[in-house]
Amino acid sequence: MHCPAQKSSRLARRQAVEGLLCIAPWLVGFLCLTLGPMIFSFAISLTKWDLISAPKFVGFGNYATIFADDFRFRKSLAVTALYAAMSLPLGMIGSLAVAMLLNLNLRGMRVFRSIFYIPAILPGAAVAMLWLWILKPQGGVLNYFLGFLHISPKPWLSSPDWALPAFVIMSLWGIGGGMIIYLAGLQSVPTQLYEAAEIDGAGSWKKFWTITLPMISPTIFFNLIMGIIGSFQVFTASYIMTPGGGPGYSTLFYVLYLYQKAFKYLQMGYASALAWILFVVVLVLTLVVFRTSARWVYYEAEVKQ
Amino acid sequence: MSVQTIRAKKRIRTRSEAERWNRIAAYAALLVGSGIVLIPFFWLVSTSLKDTSKIFLDPPQWIPNPVRPENYVKALSIMPFPLYLLNTCKITFSCLALQVLSCSIVAFGFARMRFPGRNALFIVLLSTMMLPAQVTMIPVFKIWSSLGFYDTFVPLVLPAAFGSAFFIFLLRQYFMTIPIEMDEAARIDGASTLQVWWKVLLPQAKPALATVAIFSFMAHWNDFMGPLIYLSTPSKRTLALALWAFQGQYSTDWHLLMAASTVVMLPLLILFFAAQKYFIQGVVISGVKG
Repeated sequence: MHCPAQKSSRLARRQAVEGLLCIAPWLVGFLCLTLGPMIFSFAISLTKWDLISAPKFVGFGNYATIFADDFRFRKSLAVTALYAAMSLPLGMIGSLAVAMLLNLNLRGMRVFRSIFYIPAILPGAAVAMLWLWILKPQGGVLNYFLGFLHISPKPWLSSPDWALPAFVIMSLWGIGGGMIIYLAGLQSVPTQLYEAAEIDGAGSWKKFWTITLPMISPTIFFNLIMGIIGSFQVFTASYIMTPGGGPGYSTLFYVLYLYQKAFKYLQMGYASALAWILFVVVLVLTLVVFRTSARWVYYEAEVKQ
Repeated sequence: MSVQTIRAKKRIRTRSEAERWNRIAAYAALLVGSGIVLIPFFWLVSTSLKDTSKIFLDPPQWIPNPVRPENYVKALSIMPFPLYLLNTCKITFSCLALQVLSCSIVAFGFARMRFPGRNALFIVLLSTMMLPAQVTMIPVFKIWSSLGFYDTFVPLVLPAAFGSAFFIFLLRQYFMTIPIEMDEAARIDGASTLQVWWKVLLPQAKPALATVAIFSFMAHWNDFMGPLIYLSTPSKRTLALALWAFQGQYSTDWHLLMAASTVVMLPLLILFFAAQKYFIQGVVISGVKG
């Protein structure tokens, strides 16, 4: 009775409706809690608003103040960028090194792997408390150990020069997260490549540079992107350990500053502008890494002729 | 024997000797590294069991003497910790259940269903993974507070019903590795789409679902900024907020603070040791395939 074409298009339409229903939870959430708010947030950034009284339109006034007149904005960008510049390379090299050691499949690898990974899954608030205690200038364990290396004790969170390095050290405790990803990447490198290189007489260093690094470059790429996004979102530790932004604002991370403007000073318009600038910065950095990745990331499936 | 054979044998012998030394060096490096990583844990527990008078000794006392396990009782009773634990559990487990359900059905839609705009929407989904939460933080706060949900658990739990891009991605990738034949067989037997999802796909996706459950637990148990922004009554605090408040009020009682911190970390440690496989698996799926 019904010709096949009609039946299949009815079926297809029904599948389309059901498919959309399936993804409806995400779609609704996306529109109401992501896309909508994003547009709303941009609109707020063009106003002066304290959440209680009506918003006052100021055009790009907030942005003008931010770029021309706001010392703490520049400082927070610098702090966050400096933190990223210190913690990302150290973290990536460290987690790759540990992953390579674990990849040797020595006995007890599981235990080592667990030990390194666990700090990365702990509650940020608890970790912050622990490190507040470790970083204590007197009686703190970090300074005690530095004494063994004949390094003089540092005032850590009380000093404008050492507060940010303290956060970097703290971040290194959590390199287990990246290490797991590198380990998986290393394990997917075909061993024949190494064997072939050994037959040709390649030493360890050469094998690393010509086989390991290129083969795990997608993993490095992923970790780099996540690392950049992550370092621009540091909040919990900085709020708990240096809520005022640290001595001389040396640990005024960008999101901490944003939080202060929004929830302490109730300058919602200004804070929204800060949020959009953050978005643009992260977007630009991510795109830059993406674009340059064609040069140094090697994907098994792409072979340029 | 020829000179070449002698040289070859010597090369092999010295090569495996070098390998042995390499392995020893690697082992040593791992031991030193893991020792360094363990020191903060050791110090945490050590401080938590110390007597007040012994906390600030210089050089520090490593093994507490006298040992004061009552620090734990004291730390947990100064503030209503059981209440905070209940709050945290309510939020965490509700979110966990909501996320497993909603992420799996959305992932099912992306993996198995055909509808217009599917691929475009999936790319949109992926890109939201890179969106900093702060961009939507203020308007979302305004939305929740206008609806009267400030100082309630609603803003912390309801969003879980809408899924999370990361988990949806993870589940979708996993679903796509499950052969479609079973779906088709069920359809022939008259199963509806929902039944295919519930009875065919979900049971086969248990490892991925376990991973989602674990990471969801972790994210919500550890969450600090969410409760900080949306909760103000002390009795509604979660454990993370409680620690922060503890430090504010009892800043000199480090032994108690360390005891409280240990207790807050404990569930995650237990979870890790119980479900290590799923932690590793989850990180791997996201990192390597992504």
